[in-house]
Amino acid sequence: MHELSVTQSILDIVLQHAKDRKVQQVNLVIGQFSSIVDDSVQFYWEIIAENTQAAEAQLHFERIPGEMTCTACDHVFHPGNETFTCPSCQSSAVRVSGGREFQVDSIDVE
Amino acid sequence: MCEGHSHTHSHATHSTTRVAVVENILSANDRIAQRNHSLLHQKNVYGINIMASPGAGKTSILLKTLEALKGRLRLGVIEGDPAGSIDTDRAIAAGMPAVQVNTGGECHLDAVMMEDALSQLPLDDIDLVVVENVGNLICPANFQLGTHLNVVIASIPEGDDKPYKYPGMYMGMQALIINKIDLLPYVPFDMDYFRQGVEVLNPGIAIFPLSCQTGEGVDAWADWLLSQANAAITP
Repeated sequence: MHELSVTQSILDIVLQHAKDRKVQQVNLVIGQFSSIVDDSVQFYWEIIAENTQAAEAQLHFERIPGEMTCTACDHVFHPGNETFTCPSCQSSAVRVSGGREFQVDSIDVE
Repeated sequence: MCEGHSHTHSHATHSTTRVAVVENILSANDRIAQRNHSLLHQKNVYGINIMASPGAGKTSILLKTLEALKGRLRLGVIEGDPAGSIDTDRAIAAGMPAVQVNTGGECHLDAVMMEDALSQLPLDDIDLVVVENVGNLICPANFQLGTHLNVVIASIPEGDDKPYKYPGMYMGMQALIINKIDLLPYVPFDMDYFRQGVEVLNPGIAIFPLSCQTGEGVDAWADWLLSQANAAITP
């Protein structure tokens, strides 16, 4: 059910920026750490955007992988599933440096 | 990046223009959360949002916290549940004003539900509002409610890998309770591995290991919460 309220929020933002123009594509940027947003968003979109000028819009997801930076050796890496250890120097002194994005980046309108 | 950049395709039947938006998907929720925060501030009420898996011990910790803060802070409760009112009944039985929010199957509370629930609480007679969010480790992390603190409750039987599996939740909190530490002798749980994941996602966060069964650690949590609340609401 999470995706339904997310889809509604995306639609509100899109309609606000589209004004009365027809929307062809919605460009979303979703970081790995921000949330799970899957294909069901497109499914919900087709239901809730019906009768709006964004009804036929395709949702395009740009997925940003989670990124961490080692504070010991400055190595930047994408963490594995069950460990956050730096693959270069094995330090566990690492920090999250990317992957929090959760944005409507742009829309393509006619 | 194409921020602020627009172009037209002349090859298509209709020309297409790219309009930069760059807006957080949940910005509308964040704005209402800010309004809730202002209301709490104006009423001199401290708010905490408790998030955890189902069964981690949210309601038990709420009741222990009430007991520990008796005579020092007056509590009010907002219970988020997909259905039913079991937790609200327990809170009212314990003497707290409580509002039930049935989310109708939604997996989280949002700022609008919070706003509605706050309007039903006697805020003038409350010092601390505790929100018991829907039991879930994914969704609630995204929806700010306007509380001062987001608190996650982990529990020993859930396993030591939760920070690695639910990084979003562990990044969005300002305090962490580790409940059911009385079960440590019986359950494989590598505390160092668990804490290492937490430290990466949320450096320096306040962590409170405790047991609602034995009472160990409850006072340390309650005293810390009281000091945070006093610092925020006392003029």
